Amino acid sequence: MLDILKRIARTGIVSEPQLKLADLLSERDTLHAEIAGILGRALAIRQVDAGSCNGCELEINALNNPIYNIEGAGIRFVASPRHADLLLVTGPVAKNMEIALKRTYDATPEPKYVVAVGDCGCTGGIFGESYASCGRVSNVIPVDAEVSGCPPAPTAILRGILSALASPRR
Amino acid sequence: MNAANSGSDMPAWLVIERVVRSHWSLSARGERDAGAVLLALWADDRRDLGEGFLLRAAYLGASRLRVIELALDEAAPAFPSLVEIYPGAVRMECAVRDVLGVQADSADSRAWLRHAGWPVDYLPLRHDADRSARFAAQAEDYAFVRVEGDGVHEIAVGPVHAGTIEPGHFRFSVVGEKVLRLEQRLGYVHKGIEQRFSQMDLQQGQRLAARVSGDTAVAYSWAYCMALEQLCGTRVPARAQQLRAVLLERERIANHLGDLGALGNDAGFGFGLTQFSLLKERLLRANAEVYGARYPMDGIVPGGVATNLSSQQIERLREQGMVLEAAVVELRAIYDEHAGVQDRFVTTGRMSPELAQRLGVVGLAARASGSPRDLRSDLALAPYAGLGVQAAGSAQGDVAARVAVRFDEVIESLRLCDLLLQDLAGGAIHAELGAAAAQQLGIGLVEGWRGPVMIALEATVDGRIRRCHPHDPSWQNWPALEHAIIGNIVPDFPLINKSFNLSYSGQDL
Ligand code: SF4
Repeated sequence: MLDILKRIARTGIVSEPQLKLADLLSERDTLHAEIAGILGRALAIRQVDAGSCNGCELEINALNNPIYNIEGAGIRFVASPRHADLLLVTGPVAKNMEIALKRTYDATPEPKYVVAVGDCGCTGGIFGESYASCGRVSNVIPVDAEVSGCPPAPTAILRGILSALASPRR
Repeated sequence: MNAANSGSDMPAWLVIERVVRSHWSLSARGERDAGAVLLALWADDRRDLGEGFLLRAAYLGASRLRVIELALDEAAPAFPSLVEIYPGAVRMECAVRDVLGVQADSADSRAWLRHAGWPVDYLPLRHDADRSARFAAQAEDYAFVRVEGDGVHEIAVGPVHAGTIEPGHFRFSVVGEKVLRLEQRLGYVHKGIEQRFSQMDLQQGQRLAARVSGDTAVAYSWAYCMALEQLCGTRVPARAQQLRAVLLERERIANHLGDLGALGNDAGFGFGLTQFSLLKERLLRANAEVYGARYPMDGIVPGGVATNLSSQQIERLREQGMVLEAAVVELRAIYDEHAGVQDRFVTTGRMSPELAQRLGVVGLAARASGSPRDLRSDLALAPYAGLGVQAAGSAQGDVAARVAVRFDEVIESLRLCDLLLQDLAGGAIHAELGAAAAQQLGIGLVEGWRGPVMIALEATVDGRIRRCHPHDPSWQNWPALEHAIIGNIVPDFPLINKSFNLSYSGQDL
C-alpha cells in the first residue's frame, strides 16, 4: 500500500519537463471547456469499430489516459447506443459491419452526432471500396465531422468531437 | 518431392516443397510429430499459368519454416482436410473456401469470412473476380452450436462491444454464471485486404501490410519487407536492421504496457491503468519526437528504414528506456504484492501446456503455457543473432502467467533496445531494391508482440503484387480462448480475453 501511495505522490499531476506538454495540456483544457460549454452537460460516446485496422482504437483508448483525461471533462464512453449522444466511428465500413453500423445509428436517440475517425473513416483510406468495403463512413450513415490521420492523435480526435458538436444541425 | 523454388536468395531457415496429393496429410503428420505448428494455410489462383490452384501450408518448427505446396485441379479444387491432425486448421480451411472456392473435404460448411456481405459464388481472390463488383448487404443467420441441458442458457454479445475494442460475436452457453461453452464468430472486419494487395505495386504493399493489424504495424511491415527483399536479393545494411529491431521492440513494449494497465483495471485495480497508460503515453510521445509519428507504422520501408537517428535522439531513447525500466520494475512489485489483483489473475483462464500444444497455440500465449518458442531466439535472424535473446516462459497458463510473460518481455525488450542503440553500426539505413523475381515465393517471418507474423509474397513480371497473404498469430490463438474460458465465470471473460488480446482485423483480413 505504501508503495502505491509513494508512486501516486511521485506521479502527482502529470508533469513532463518539456514545454510541449504544457501546450498540449492547455489545448486540452480549452477543448474540454468548449465541449462542456456547448452541451452544458456530460457527453456520452459510443465507439463503433466498423472495419478499422485497430490503430485508431489505440488512440481513442489513449483519450482515457491521465494526459488527455477526458473523464475529467465529463466525456464518457457508454456501453449502449441508447445512452449515447455521439458515435465515434473508425475504419472503412466493412461490408460485414454495414448492417450493425446502421442499427447502432438507428438505436442512438436524436439529436445525435457522428464523428468519422481516421483516414479510413474519412475516405476509405488504403482499403478503399471493394466487394468487402463500403469505404468512408459517410457512405453508410450521415457524418458531422471527420478526423484525418493514420491514426489521428488524441488531440485531433478531441478537436473532431468539438467540431461535430459545433456543427450546424442537419 | 521436388524443390519448387530455387531462388538463390532462399534463406537457410526456409524450405519449400511441392508434394503429391497422398503426401499432403502425410507431411502434416510428420510435422506434427516433429513438434512443428501449422502456422498458415492459404491458396493461390494459378490458372493463368496453367497450374490450376496451388494450396500451401506453412509449418513452423524450432529453427525453420517448411512450406508444403499441393497443386489442385482447376475444375474441382478439393483437398484433404488437416483438421484431424491440426484442429486449428478448420478456420483457415473455411477461409480459403470463402475467398477462392478451394474446398477441404471435411470443412465446417458455415461461411467464416464471407457472412452475407457478398454472394457465395463471388470468389474475391480468383483473378477473374470482377474488382468493381458491389453487393447489397443481407442480414445473416449463422448456425451457432446449441448446448442443451437443464438450466443452460445462452448469452450473445457483439458484434459491437461495450468498450473501445474491435467487433466480433461471442456466444456463451452458461449455467448460472459458469461458462460451459464459448463459440466465436469472427470476420466482421473483413475488408478485402488480400484482393487489395493484388491491385498494388510491390513498394506500396508495405503500407497495406502495416495496416493488416495496426497494433502490429512494425512487425507486419518488417515481414513484408523481408519477403520482398528475399525476392529482390537485397542486402539490408546492418544499421537499418538494428533500427528495425528498435522499432519492433518499442512496438512490443507499447502494447505490453497498454495490456498490463488494462489487465490491472479489469482486475479492479484502476491504479495500474493510470500508471501504465502514462508510461505508454510517454513512449508514444518520444516516438513522435524521434520518428515523427506516435505510431511509426511506416518506419520500416522496403530496403531499410525511413528515419535515421541522431546521437541526441539515441541518447533520448536510451534515457527513456532507463526511466521506463525502473518504473516497470516498481509496478511489477506492486502487482505481485496486491492480494486483490493476484486473486483475480491466478488460476483464471487456464490453458494447460498439453492443450496449448494440441491446439497449436503460438507466441505470447504459448510462452505462458510452457512453450518457450520465440523467433527472435529460435531463428535469430539479423540483428538478433548476437543479442542473446531470452524467450520468456511460464507453464502456469493462467492470466497471471500471461501477465508475467508480458512483464518479462518488456524488461527484455528494454535491454535489447539499449544494446542495439548503444552499438549501432555506421553507414546507410537503406539499400536500393533490384527487380523482384517473379512467380517465386518470398516469405517474411517476424516475432510480433502477439507471436509470429508471416507474409507470403509473390511478384508479377512487371513489379506488381501477384499474391500477398498476411498471417496473424491470432488465427491460432482465438480457438484457444474458446477453451481457456470453459469453467470460468462470465464476469471473468473480459479479463481472460484481455490476457490474450487477440487481433480481429489481423484474422478477418
Ligand atoms: S486510419 Fe489508419 S490507423 Fe485508422 S483504421 Fe485506417 S489504417 Fe488503421
